[in-house]
Order: sequence, then C-alpha cells, then structure tokens
Amino acid sequence: MHFYTYDGTFEGLLTLVFEAYERKAWPTSIAQEHLAQPGMFGENIAVVTEEQKTARVWQGLQKKLSINAQQALYHTYLWEQPGFEQIIFDYIRLAFSSEQNIEGNYAAPCVLQVQQAAKQVHREKHRMEAFVRFQKTADGLYFATISPDFNVLPLIVRHFERRYADQRWAIYDTNRRYGAYYDLRQVSLVNLDLPPHQRPTSLAPEVKDADEDVYQQLWQVYFDNVNIPERRNPKLHLRHIPRRYWKYLSEKQPRQLR
Amino acid sequence: MSLKVQDVRVMESRLIEKLSILADAAKYDVSCSSSGGKRKNENKGLGNAEGMGICHSYTEDGRCVSLLKILLTNHCIYDCAYCVTRRSNDVKRAAFTVQEVVDLTINFYRRNYIEGLFLSSGIFKNADYTMERLVRVAKKLRQEHKFNGCIHLKTIPGASEELIKEAGLYADRLSVNIELPSEMSLQQLAPEKNYKEVLEPMGSIKQQLVQAKEEKKLFKSAPGFAPAGQSTQLIVGASAENDHQILQLSSQLYKDFSLKRVYYSGYVPISSDNRLPIITEPPIIRENRIYQADWLMRFYGFDAKEIVDEQHPHLDLEIDPKLGWALRNRHAFPVEVNTADYELILRVPGIGIKSAQKIVSARRFTQLSFEHLRQMGVVLKRAKYFITCQTKSLQRQDFESELIRRKILFGEGSVRSALLTQQLDLFKQVG
Ligand code: SF4
Repeated sequence: MHFYTYDGTFEGLLTLVFEAYERKAWPTSIAQEHLAQPGMFGENIAVVTEEQKTARVWQGLQKKLSINAQQALYHTYLWEQPGFEQIIFDYIRLAFSSEQNIEGNYAAPCVLQVQQAAKQVHREKHRMEAFVRFQKTADGLYFATISPDFNVLPLIVRHFERRYADQRWAIYDTNRRYGAYYDLRQVSLVNLDLPPHQRPTSLAPEVKDADEDVYQQLWQVYFDNVNIPERRNPKLHLRHIPRRYWKYLSEKQPRQLR
Repeated sequence: MSLKVQDVRVMESRLIEKLSILADAAKYDVSCSSSGGKRKNENKGLGNAEGMGICHSYTEDGRCVSLLKILLTNHCIYDCAYCVTRRSNDVKRAAFTVQEVVDLTINFYRRNYIEGLFLSSGIFKNADYTMERLVRVAKKLRQEHKFNGCIHLKTIPGASEELIKEAGLYADRLSVNIELPSEMSLQQLAPEKNYKEVLEPMGSIKQQLVQAKEEKKLFKSAPGFAPAGQSTQLIVGASAENDHQILQLSSQLYKDFSLKRVYYSGYVPISSDNRLPIITEPPIIRENRIYQADWLMRFYGFDAKEIVDEQHPHLDLEIDPKLGWALRNRHAFPVEVNTADYELILRVPGIGIKSAQKIVSARRFTQLSFEHLRQMGVVLKRAKYFITCQTKSLQRQDFESELIRRKILFGEGSVRSALLTQQLDLFKQVG
C-alpha cells in the first residue's frame, strides 16, 4: 500500500504522477500534506514538487490530450471535492496507457467523472461571471467579493480583464482568502489573509463612491419592475439563483427607504 | 449647500420614477437576449461581448435578466389593443432623455449588472422622430463611451430605411416585432399597423445583413451591420391562431428572413379592451410547448410539419412535442443506440443533444449498456420505450402508444390511478 502526500498544488499533483510511475507504485491514497494522516501499514511517500518532473508529465499529456481535455483536468483540480486527486491520477494513467485518444470514452468512470467535475466547475465559473456585483469606491476602484463552491477565481479573471479594460477592479474570495486585482495594465493574484472580522463583504460607507447607493437602488427598482406577477414561478427562480448566491446580489437585499 | 443636496435628491427620485414606469412598460417584450453578438474589446474601452450572453439575474417569474430592457418613452400615438402603452390606456407616462439612458447603461454595466441595453419605445410624434432618438443613444454609447457591450434596438414600425440602416451600424441586434401571427388579427387589434410595414423593414434588414457580410469578405474593415442578426416576437393567445399557424409562420420567418430567433410571449391579460379574449392567466404551458417545438425545429432537425399539421393543429399540453412525435411514429423505433445514426438517436425522448453526442462518441470504444446510458444523463424512464442496447430492451413487452403516454405521465404501475386522475380532471373541467 502506498500513501502519497503532496503540497496541494496542481504542479505537486503532476510531480506525484511522475514519482508513482518511477516507483511503479500506484497510490492507495493521495492527500494534501497538511490534511494527511499517515497510514499504519504500508509506505508513506511525501512528494516534493519539482518543476522538471511536473513539466515532463504535462508535456507527456499534451501529446496525448486535446487542449479541452487538458483544461478539463485542471478544472477537476479546481473542483476540490473529495477524491479529485485520485480521479485525475486515474485519468492520466488511462491516457498514458492507451494508444487511442481516450477523451470520448465516457464508458470509463474517470473520463466521465472528469467531464462531470469540469462541467460543474465551468458552471460555477459562469455563475460567478454573472453574479459578481461590483461596488464603486470613492477612489474609483470597483470591488466585489465572492465565495464560490469551487475555486474558480483563477478562471474568471480573464473574462473581467477583457470586459473592464478601462476600470480598476478587484475580486476577493472570502473563503479561500485571496483575490485578484486589475490595475489597468494587468491582473495580479494576491493573498490577503485577514482575520475574520476584517474580511470585507461589502464596502464601508466612508469609502463608497457618492453615487454607489443610488445605482444600487436604481438596480433594485429595475429588478422589481421587470417582474410579471401573473407569471410568478418561485421554483424556477430558485433553480436559476439558488439562495446561497443571494448574498452578493444587490437586487436581493432589503429595499432602501428614502 | 443643503439646497444642492435637495436638488440632487429630487433628480434622483425623478429618475427612479421614470425607471420604474419605463421598465414596467417594457417587460412584456420577451424578444430580448444578449447572445450571439461578438464585439471584442480591442480599443481598451468598456465591455466585451463574446458568444454566449450572460444572465445576471432572474426575475421572480424565472426569466433571464441580461439586458437593461426599457422604453425610451411610453407616450404613444397608436392604440394597439394588446399593449399597456396604447394611447387609450390610463397609465402614467414618462420619457427618458438620451443622456439618462446612456448613464444608466454605463453605470449598470460597470457594476456587472447587465450585458447591455435593449431599447424600445412607444411612438411619440412619429416613427422617424422616435427612431432617430433610439439611434442617438446607441451612437453615443459606441462613440463617446467606447462601449462594446450588447445593444439591441427595436425598430419602430414605419421608420425610414436610412434610420434603420444607421441603427444597424451601432446595434448588435435589431428586432421588428410582428406581435400577431396573422394579418387579420393585426387588423383587428392594431388597426394602425399592417403586415407590410412590419415585413418591409425585416426584409431590408436581411438585405443589409447579407450585404454587410459580403463586404466583410472583401474588406476586413468594412462596417458591420447588426452582427447578431434580427429577431421578432409573436404574442400567443391574444388572437385566434392555432399552434400550426404559429409554427408555420416561424418556420417561414427562419427561412425567408434568416431570423436568429422568434420569441413567443404568452398573452398576459393586461387590458380590458373588448377586442381581446377574456382570460385570467397567461397561457404559460402553451407558450412553453411552442418554445419546445421551436427548439425541435432549430436544433433537432424537425420540420414544422412533423410537429403539428392541419389534422392536428394543436400541441399536446400534457406531453412535450418530441414525445408526441415519437408516440405518433412508433414505426421509427426502437432505435439501437450502438449503431443508429446520430440524427435518429436525437429523436429519442429522454435523450438530449449532450447525451446523444456522448453516446456517439463513447460507442467507438465499447458496446454501450443501459448503465452507461444512465451515467451519461439519459432519462431511461422515458427512453426505455424507444431504444435497445446491444439488441436488448428494458421492456419485456410492446406497449400501445396510449399506455406509454400514461406510464410516462403518471409513473410506472399507476395506470389505474392515472385513469382516475384523468377522470377527476374531466369532472373539474365540466364543473
Ligand atoms: S405602437 Fe407599440 S407601443 Fe404603441 S401601442 Fe402599439 S405596440 Fe404599444
């Protein structure tokens, strides 16, 4: 039995694949270092991420897989759900051991699982692109917070970079405690590990732009008036915007009295 | 100083009132979607529209909120029976200025509330006067604000060809609403309009679209024309047309005017005008079935004739049109999923486009079993009556179409209770 641990990065996971092949020792379990409990009977292997080994595996995959499938593998990593490492491992192993391209082989469990994980991640990405709500600060920064089910921040920055090329913006993941900041030239990812009571969810009144509240209110007014009461359909409504997303949506906040 | 704050407050509440009136008046128009446009942000400007439109929110009736959909004004010189904005209706009227619409659009867009603007209007003074203002909004957004988000303009019936041509330079999509599915109904309910007035701009937009595409081929820098094409809306249930007539019309519109979309809007009883049918609820289920049928025509390779015809002019409200077709065409089934053509697999109830593609892809690797199909998202509860897997069937016997219909509708084994419910329904209808 072989209990592998790695540092939790995608690169680390690929190094792990390299090690497993070199040792011809397929993992019984794969865990992140800080979460791992060493197995009692069997070998514990602590993988140290190495750029060269990572690159070897990735280059190997690039020969075997289309860009789409490479992306899907990365998305499965961002999916972060229990067992994702094993799914990725199985997928890579199947890819390396087959002559044929395996991407369409939905009859193999790991291929279907990667496809489904990637789909969920893609969906969350799409939702975040839709539900992010920026608030404008007095110094002209557009600021938003998110806490997505999966780790999609790295996937959404491109979308916002293209869309808001002429405004400074920042998006902060309150669960994973890091954010993206665009300074009119480029996006950088920044770790910002604030103590819980300082983690921002909304802007403090003193840093808000003078017009911010008005536009939030106008948006609420708009939202209330496009509704057609005769067609009310709460079930469908909830299917599209599950409650856990409401906290970011200004149209779902209490109406301001004026 | 305090006076100034007050002034601002008054302006704000004026704007809030206008927005509530002019959003409310625009909400019945469903021909609104941000998809299909392509306007890359290459000028370091604001916005980028690529491919899929995004729904930034959903109304409480479950519709996508993607664009800021408003009227420029709800003053109108016409008196169309089905419309809240009609001249004879006693409602509050309001009008935005061009600048107000521009500011709202930009500020909503920057906060990621919307994909862009969908601007329509009641007709004040005359068609050209109104259309000219709509065009001005679009022009301002594109030129002064380098706005690359989506702009969808409604063309005003009767507006001149030059204005429509100009609109197409700035808008991603243009729509001309037909509203009523036949000339006769239009005469009855919107006596100031006629089909010619509606179809003419549609034809000229199509011509412009074709021409712009040709020019683009020759000169890359040629100006685009409404790159996301044109769409229209039909109101369902305000006039007497049946589903066969409606689908026939849409199918023709898709062919003759290369429309991107036909939207259907179940008539919401907003008017007590005696030219209109008396209903208490919008025909939502019927509208939904028509959308499904439209979907079958556009993505599943169905012809309008296969879905409804003169003998069966109404869509079945209880079951979707794809299942309906399958039950009427039992001779085409069962389909062997391991060998059948993609087109045929697509016609199996319970198999959508995604699962059909997966099936065709996976069967190159191995013979598929029912378990594989289930994993791929096939709804076996429906599909099992119409497929075999490695020549095996999940059904031991052949059922009559009527029985399959009941089993799918009311569940396995509940044939008796199903009959009962149906009868109860009948009683309810009688009583
Ligand atoms: S012209 Fe348009 S806005 Fe005016 S009444 Fe007719 S449908 Fe309504």
